[in-house]
Amino acid sequence: MAKDKPAALRIETFADHHVITQPNPLRKVLRRVAEKDLDDPVARAEKALAELSGEFQNWMGVETARLAAAHAAVLKQGFTNATRLELFRAAHDIKGDAATFGFPAAGVAADSLCRVIEHAPDLDEVPSELISHHINAIQAIVRGRTRLDSASTAGELSRQLRSLADDYLAHANRDRPEHLDAILAPSIAPAE
Amino acid sequence: MFRIDFNKLRFLVCDDNPHMRRILRTLLHSFGAREVYESEDGATALEMYTHYVPDIVITDWSMPIFDGLELAQMIRQPDSKGNPFAPIIMLTGHSEKRRVTVARDAGVSEFLAKPISAKGLYQRILNVVANPRPFIKTKTYFGPDRRRNTSNAYIGPERRTGGEMEVLQQPSLLDKARSST
Repeated sequence: MAKDKPAALRIETFADHHVITQPNPLRKVLRRVAEKDLDDPVARAEKALAELSGEFQNWMGVETARLAAAHAAVLKQGFTNATRLELFRAAHDIKGDAATFGFPAAGVAADSLCRVIEHAPDLDEVPSELISHHINAIQAIVRGRTRLDSASTAGELSRQLRSLADDYLAHANRDRPEHLDAILAPSIAPAE
Repeated sequence: MFRIDFNKLRFLVCDDNPHMRRILRTLLHSFGAREVYESEDGATALEMYTHYVPDIVITDWSMPIFDGLELAQMIRQPDSKGNPFAPIIMLTGHSEKRRVTVARDAGVSEFLAKPISAKGLYQRILNVVANPRPFIKTKTYFGPDRRRNTSNAYIGPERRTGGEMEVLQQPSLLDKARSST
């Protein structure tokens, strides 16, 4: 597909903008098929993901070790641009990956930590326990996955951390309405 | 019913997290894609974009060197030598509405919030393949039409002017030559 020549553009000029239309270059990859011949690529992909899932526990271990290392760097050096960014990136990756890897509660706790890092007016003023509780909770959730009661406990732990973090952020940002709006806005992430 | 021939599509995947790249590669290959190129930062992705000329770009937002937002902005350069029209799907852990707006204004075609699902990714790809939007070029924006509906209620500063009645008539060179004689 990518080797095809670009199709001719149609450009309509208006007072303050141009509308540029090109014949759909990807149209050739669309094929009409009878319903009986239609396989299900989504089901195929889900099956492939399920086959990969044996590695997820190990991957989460790698992600949480990275988070712990980033936290250790903060404890040693304080919040610098580099340590803040690495802690945020480590938490942000867990936020995005954890539910896919079968640890949704760890994702909730990581999201809460990301919000603290992103919206606290001064990270040096954030109680150190608020951050360390998030890190410890994420590690505990990943370690304790095999326990029978761990799913509900992990969910409750993450919800309580989120509630604590939200209370702190709402108070710390009481004079910063733009941050309050962002804190209170609902997430667009797909529901579990 | 329509089916996408994924084996005819070339993908560029950009994510600094190796686990997420593995997930994306697995999903795309099981959809049927054969050509999936990967990069772990925006700068390498831009080089690969120019070199491999992918049909669809799937990028994370937060990455080192330069991020997915900057990558989108660099691809969407109307006068660049590369293809500025390729669909860009932003796959990110950012899940706030304002982030969607920022990504949209950088010229991103589709936004997919993590956690990723096979269905969510497939739908975004189907959308950019089957329903590409025209591109809009203004003084401050170049990218897919940001209007997803026909509402005229928006009265913000970026309201485009020039409906059918305001089209600037551009006479052809031949017409100009005739009128000047």
